[in-house]
Amino acid sequence: MTRRQFTTSAAAAAAGFVLTACGPKRLHEMSKDRLKGLIAEMERKYAEQYGTAVHVADTAAMPGVEFAYALDISRCIGCRRCVYACVDENNQSRDPQVHWIRVFSMEKEKGVDFAEANPYYQPKEVPEEGHFYVPVACQQCRQAPCTKVCPTGATWTDPDGIVVIDYDWCIGCRYCMAACPYGARHFNWRQPTIPKDQLNVNTHYLGNRPRPKGVVEKCTFCIQRTRKGRYPACVEVCPVGARKFGNLLDPESEIRYIIEHKRVMVLKEELNTLPKFFYFYAT
Amino acid sequence: MTVVRQFAQFVKGSLRLVWHGNAAYWTWLAFLGVLIASGGLAYARQVSEGLGVTAMRDQVSWGFYIGNFTFLVGVAAAAVVLVIPAYVYDWKPIREIVIYGELLALSAITMCLLFVLVDIGRPDRFWHLLPPVGRLNFPQSILAWDVIVLNIYFAINFIVVTHILYRAFNGRHYNTRVVVPLVLLSIPMAVGIHTVTAFLFNGLAARPYWNASILAPQFLASAFCSGPAILLIVLQLLRRFTRFEIQDEAISKIAELMAYAMFLNLFLHGAEAFKEFYSNTEHAVYVRYWFFGLGTHTTLVPYAWTAVGLNVLAFGLFIVPAARRNWVLLNIGCLATYAGCYIDKGMGLIIPGLTPDTLGEIYEYAPSIVELRVAAGVFAIGFLIFTLMLKVAVPITLGEFHGDDAPEPAPGWPVAWH
Repeated sequence: MTRRQFTTSAAAAAAGFVLTACGPKRLHEMSKDRLKGLIAEMERKYAEQYGTAVHVADTAAMPGVEFAYALDISRCIGCRRCVYACVDENNQSRDPQVHWIRVFSMEKEKGVDFAEANPYYQPKEVPEEGHFYVPVACQQCRQAPCTKVCPTGATWTDPDGIVVIDYDWCIGCRYCMAACPYGARHFNWRQPTIPKDQLNVNTHYLGNRPRPKGVVEKCTFCIQRTRKGRYPACVEVCPVGARKFGNLLDPESEIRYIIEHKRVMVLKEELNTLPKFFYFYAT
Repeated sequence: MTVVRQFAQFVKGSLRLVWHGNAAYWTWLAFLGVLIASGGLAYARQVSEGLGVTAMRDQVSWGFYIGNFTFLVGVAAAAVVLVIPAYVYDWKPIREIVIYGELLALSAITMCLLFVLVDIGRPDRFWHLLPPVGRLNFPQSILAWDVIVLNIYFAINFIVVTHILYRAFNGRHYNTRVVVPLVLLSIPMAVGIHTVTAFLFNGLAARPYWNASILAPQFLASAFCSGPAILLIVLQLLRRFTRFEIQDEAISKIAELMAYAMFLNLFLHGAEAFKEFYSNTEHAVYVRYWFFGLGTHTTLVPYAWTAVGLNVLAFGLFIVPAARRNWVLLNIGCLATYAGCYIDKGMGLIIPGLTPDTLGEIYEYAPSIVELRVAAGVFAIGFLIFTLMLKVAVPITLGEFHGDDAPEPAPGWPVAWH
């Protein structure tokens, strides 16, 4: 290598470093062009890994939309179809198993008391006599403790109220897991595995695209569906219609009707996390 | 080019010192080497298979690594117990050994940073924390604060000890205008690193066991006993194996300070226990898990009472002046303090904080073999650094190791301290 070549390549390397260092690092802060390039690269890698074409969407939040969720405790029968619909839709690891929704069986005479609840109930039939069920997933808090504590800003609330994680920026410190009062964050303790034929190829870069090991993941209100006007998978699958979803800012929406007309509660209201996940009693 | 020559001399001389030692020295290094190698292999497995090789799970998402981290921040902070009397009150018997407190702080912080590094799921992305290439979520995230204060504290101690030692190597007194302000700054910084580390847990409303305002003072109190406990052992070893002279008075004074710190530690623990048990809300479940267990889940109970016993024993010994002057009792007291605080501040803080989890589930955590090996490796690295630094620092302070240009050490060396 001549001296000129050396100087030129050193200068190029330095310039490249400065440009990368000063540019935005989190996916959502990038220019559309750069994001497109990275997504194309992601799609190529996933296609190679799973042997099928994978689509990674970058659909942004719609203006005038703030998503909220409601769950009718009096109707839920504890069948856990939502749990497995969520696993399928969101490409959760099958081995080791990751569940974003956990359903707690509670005794009626004890009320909503997690200390006495059982997430591993295995009766022949549901619902069981004297029991009711409280499914818990991310509560999409307005004052989310998880986004506050993240040391790198790898998790934040998008404008439509969905709390998301950039899997390419998370360092896996798990501070968010310590901070979350709802056990809604899940860590990839090992390499997640999804059988090739079970992969959902319609993904979003902040949602259900396959995750690497060593990062935290969580419910995103099925960002890949809801930003295209569809319901989350758990809402669609619920056999008793206990799950409701909609736009909090739309006065005509079902979610607004429920909040205005039903008896509503949120979990651990004393922690002031202001969830956008409402439990209600319709009957 | 005298500066370059002096520095080359210093490096060469240091290497020579480090490369020469008796059988005990090499056995010690070999022992540390084995632990480091074993830790390295275990860590390699953890990196390739994921943190699933540890016993941590979603329910108990922090464990042995973060427990050790928390304890060692206290050890690092404790150097200040020596710095305050030495520099603020200019109390000479302690002043001569302050530098060893600072060296201890340097190795403790190195271990802290390593424990955080081995705990994170994506160590390849640690640079995400380093602005401008990364992004630090400051001031929202207390972890960001912790990164900052730990590094500043490390830098201060590093500058002070290298400056003092290198000047002494060249036969010169340290520059008071550099050292004194930095040492004074290191006092609030030492309090700062431990307060911020306490706030790391303290600020989480989801974990009532940690969400008590007494946590930061409790951290400081236990740090001010456990850090000096290590130092007292080290000083006795130094006295035995080198020509370094340490006055009995200094050692017994430190033990006295430890007694007061231990009293405060026990008092704060008692205050917290009273609040929990007397008010008896549902939040008492975590303290109850630690001290009595919940149902059949009683793994931690023996540790809890061992810690209480050791801490009370240490307090009892150090509060009696005669016991502080008795070498056997002094060392029993040091070991009791060290072990008591280690259990209390490590597993006793982290595990009950996360058990039962926020949705009431009890997952009984006990570190896996991989975690134990990695942790032993990290401790071995810390001890190795401390040993090598002492190997160079002791001859400098004794005037046995100096540059060619340095004046002959006057009688009554180390001159650097006066």
